[in-house]
Amino acid sequence: MSFAKPLATLRTSAGLPTGRLALWWLLASEVIIFGGLLASYVMQRLGHPEWAYEAEHTNIWFGAGNTIILLTSSLSAVLAHQAAQTGDGKKAARYLWLTIGGAAWFIVNKAIEWTGEISHGFTITKSGFWSFYYTAAGLHGLHVIAGATAMAIVALDAAKNKELQRVEYVGIYWHLVDVIWIFLFPLLYIAK
Amino acid sequence: MTTTTASHHADAHAAGHAHDDHEQSFFVKYLWSTDHKVIGFQYMITGLLMAMIGGYMAYGFRMQLAWPGEWIPGVGFLSSQQYNAYVTTHGTVMIFWFAMPVLIAAFGNWLIPLMIGCDDMAFPRINRLSYQVFLISAVVLIGSFFVDGGAFGGAWTAYPPLSAKATMNLSPLGSTMWVLAVALEFVAFLLGGINFITTAMNARAPGMKMMDIPIVVWMIVVASILFMVSVGPLVAGAAMLVLDQQLGTAFYDPSGGGDPILWQHLFWFFGHPEVYVVLLPAMGVCAEIITCNARKKFFGYKTLLYTVFATGIISFFVWAHHQFVAGIDPRMANVFTITTLIISIPIAEMIFLYIATLAGGQIRLNVPMLWALSFVAEFLLGGVTGIFLGASGSDIYFHDTYFVIAHFHYTFVPIAVIACFAGFTHWIPKMTGKMMNETLGKLHFWTTIVGFNLVFLPLFITGMWGDHRRIYNYDHFPDLSTQALQDLRIASTVGLLIMIAAQGFFVWNLIWTWKKGPAAGNNPWQGTTLEWSTTSPPGHGNFHPMPTVYRGPYEYSVPGAEADFLPQSQPPA
Repeated sequence: MSFAKPLATLRTSAGLPTGRLALWWLLASEVIIFGGLLASYVMQRLGHPEWAYEAEHTNIWFGAGNTIILLTSSLSAVLAHQAAQTGDGKKAARYLWLTIGGAAWFIVNKAIEWTGEISHGFTITKSGFWSFYYTAAGLHGLHVIAGATAMAIVALDAAKNKELQRVEYVGIYWHLVDVIWIFLFPLLYIAK
Repeated sequence: MTTTTASHHADAHAAGHAHDDHEQSFFVKYLWSTDHKVIGFQYMITGLLMAMIGGYMAYGFRMQLAWPGEWIPGVGFLSSQQYNAYVTTHGTVMIFWFAMPVLIAAFGNWLIPLMIGCDDMAFPRINRLSYQVFLISAVVLIGSFFVDGGAFGGAWTAYPPLSAKATMNLSPLGSTMWVLAVALEFVAFLLGGINFITTAMNARAPGMKMMDIPIVVWMIVVASILFMVSVGPLVAGAAMLVLDQQLGTAFYDPSGGGDPILWQHLFWFFGHPEVYVVLLPAMGVCAEIITCNARKKFFGYKTLLYTVFATGIISFFVWAHHQFVAGIDPRMANVFTITTLIISIPIAEMIFLYIATLAGGQIRLNVPMLWALSFVAEFLLGGVTGIFLGASGSDIYFHDTYFVIAHFHYTFVPIAVIACFAGFTHWIPKMTGKMMNETLGKLHFWTTIVGFNLVFLPLFITGMWGDHRRIYNYDHFPDLSTQALQDLRIASTVGLLIMIAAQGFFVWNLIWTWKKGPAAGNNPWQGTTLEWSTTSPPGHGNFHPMPTVYRGPYEYSVPGAEADFLPQSQPPA
């Protein structure tokens, strides 16, 4: 079913495109969800110094590797935006698929890491630390999957040179997924 | 000549229906529509149906409290487990599935595009998705009554460990379905809220500056921002609660290293701003109606906005006044007492602005105006009694008594019921093109108001005499089973029966309006805002041609003007 955009979508009284405006509000709501979760974690962690011994069992190499993968994938998201700005939808789509590849690699690493931890008995119910570890990283993982799905949809359109402005929007969202991880990595892996 | 007129008419007709040139099925037109007016109706109707469910629950448990252990017509015998489920669902439904969908979603959908002069929401398909997620959330909540163990009975605040442990709440599935339903509802309102904010920021008619936006649009936008900023931590908290319930984690269980007070903080960090999330749209609705029917410019438009922003900001620093008896540090209790008393200042200022708007106006006492005026009066009672609860010293005695129940119903009933009917009777001529019956409207108004006050005035007294709010049968408590207290409980239940019966006038009025309501015309109340400059009901695309704004929203009784009102779209002479 075709859908004609109403005038309301195209107006810009506030001086910036409606899609980008809505995206910033979406990011604000995401920041607050993760802010609440991480603030809860930090408060509990300060009350439980013994969680440091639990945190020693996290694998910092997996965490660091995933940080590099995620940050690098943001580079290709920026390159996709650059290509979209010059009107080269095909190139933008290729870069987006590269970013999705980074997301997939991140998830595969995470799966290997978690399988190892769970098989060593560090399950979500082992202690408060592991509960927060799986909840926070799991919620972030869902955002990685959601962001990759959104990028795939945008990439399919962009390859046909349609809705190129959306390349920028998924890019901004992808940076948020990055930034959240930048907070999770030290809080869950480094602080011991 | 005749031919020209006819063809001109046909042109206008074609332009008005350019989008629906193909015949739309009932499904596409009413259930799969992206039109903001249809979605507004969907929210309104769903909200009112959910209010009937919430009202039915109230009927069930108030009958049990007035005549404990007796057979209740239409309910049967109410077990203590059912009683808890009814109380919980009543609270949850009335706030999340009645007040929010009606005041924010329904009025937001109806009014924002019409009042800012555009053809739809900025994201019509996200708008539709928002309603669909909301509908699923309602189905999940109602469905929880039919699973093993029944619906959740741990109160709408869902404090752990009661909410987290199935061995305590006896509803292993119902409690999780309750959390999921609430979480889905949050998702629906995040989608809807971002849509409202973006639309009001970006899709205004040419010429409409920030300070030309009607108050109710401002209020809905500020409420959406408050909701968005406050609900995030509770979304995370809800995920943690589900994990506690279903996987056995110990986020809120002290025996496993968790903390039950953490939930209380996450819940009330949302729960208190939530009061203002529903209050602000209600205040906005009443501001529009009072200004229009006082035939006077709103007194202190900018002052009102500043008080709204102040309320919004302060509302994030008051949440722990719900936790004075939860073992928080008394020094913290002092801080939260002070912030709580401070927030009454901007709210009182708003009330003064409403009264100043009325002063010296040529007041028309039509049905919407009666509702709006009673909102101001009744809400004032709710606000004033809140001071007793905001001060930690007296709250320790009032905590969890019926005084609290009476207090917040004197805020929430004016918000959800009175302001809803005010807005409904004011804008239904616009949305349907038909006038409602004034006599039936007044009968409905007076019976509802009498019933409402009879329900909750006695509860202030029973609360002060010590009635605890979570008791199923007072006969088990010798101190509380006196005849004087029981008489007040019966009076309260009779009040509820009057209030429920009063809604018959409303249903009768709806049917009357549908069958023989006279045509409303474009502007039945001689209003100035943009929605009154288009047809009733507005066609697809709302305005033909699209309006341009030349003046502020409330130019009533301007000296030297011919009419006593100047529409926003009227060019300067």
